[in-house]
Amino acid sequence: MKRVSIQSGDFGPAEELAALESLGGGGVASFTGIVRGGGGLTALELQHYAAMTADQVGRIVDDAMSRWPLLGVRVIHRFGKLAVGDRIVFVGTASRHRTAALESCAFLIDWLKSDAPFWKKEHFAGHPSVWVEARPEDETKARDWKQ
Amino acid sequence: MATLNILYFAWVRELIGRDDEQIERPSADTTIAELIETVANRGGGYTEALGDQERLRAALDQRFVPLQTAIGKARELAIFPPVTGG
Repeated sequence: MKRVSIQSGDFGPAEELAALESLGGGGVASFTGIVRGGGGLTALELQHYAAMTADQVGRIVDDAMSRWPLLGVRVIHRFGKLAVGDRIVFVGTASRHRTAALESCAFLIDWLKSDAPFWKKEHFAGHPSVWVEARPEDETKARDWKQ
Repeated sequence: MATLNILYFAWVRELIGRDDEQIERPSADTTIAELIETVANRGGGYTEALGDQERLRAALDQRFVPLQTAIGKARELAIFPPVTGG
């Protein structure tokens, strides 16, 4: 099973996990990214390159599936304006073994950060919005998987 | 006339003040870096957005490529800051 969704709406991690659990493997790993508050943040806006995003995320998923023996991969990435506490991203992997499920889940979230065409803008109460700067360590983390 | 669609994202889009534009496609051996320099020379928001290529990344026909890549027969070039998804 390979499913990628790029959407503005919310998603339900429980039903996504249930779908992965039903694939008959011994392990399911997942990561859910949430809009973090603090510093007066009121909203997070995600812009993306609509014509490219789904294909690019699909290529990252294909890469994961060629590296680990996976029964299923589910990726959901939201775009648009999100509030503090909203879910942004979901990565779920199912495998016969825990190592493959856990490692591929970490690989996918690292690569989504460094190689999927999304840009985050932070909105604050009382001062101007700012585009989030890419962190050099995110690119380094993704590159580590190439070894 | 062959055309090239240029798409801008994030602060590049905001500084330039438009989402995209269509230009006459330059000769195939022109690199993305060379084209960005030409566009940056228009002045104003273009210079502000595209003047420092260290801060820019690009995709050619929806694939990430280095700025030294030749444009070839591509139909779509996207210019943007390093991505921040996930």
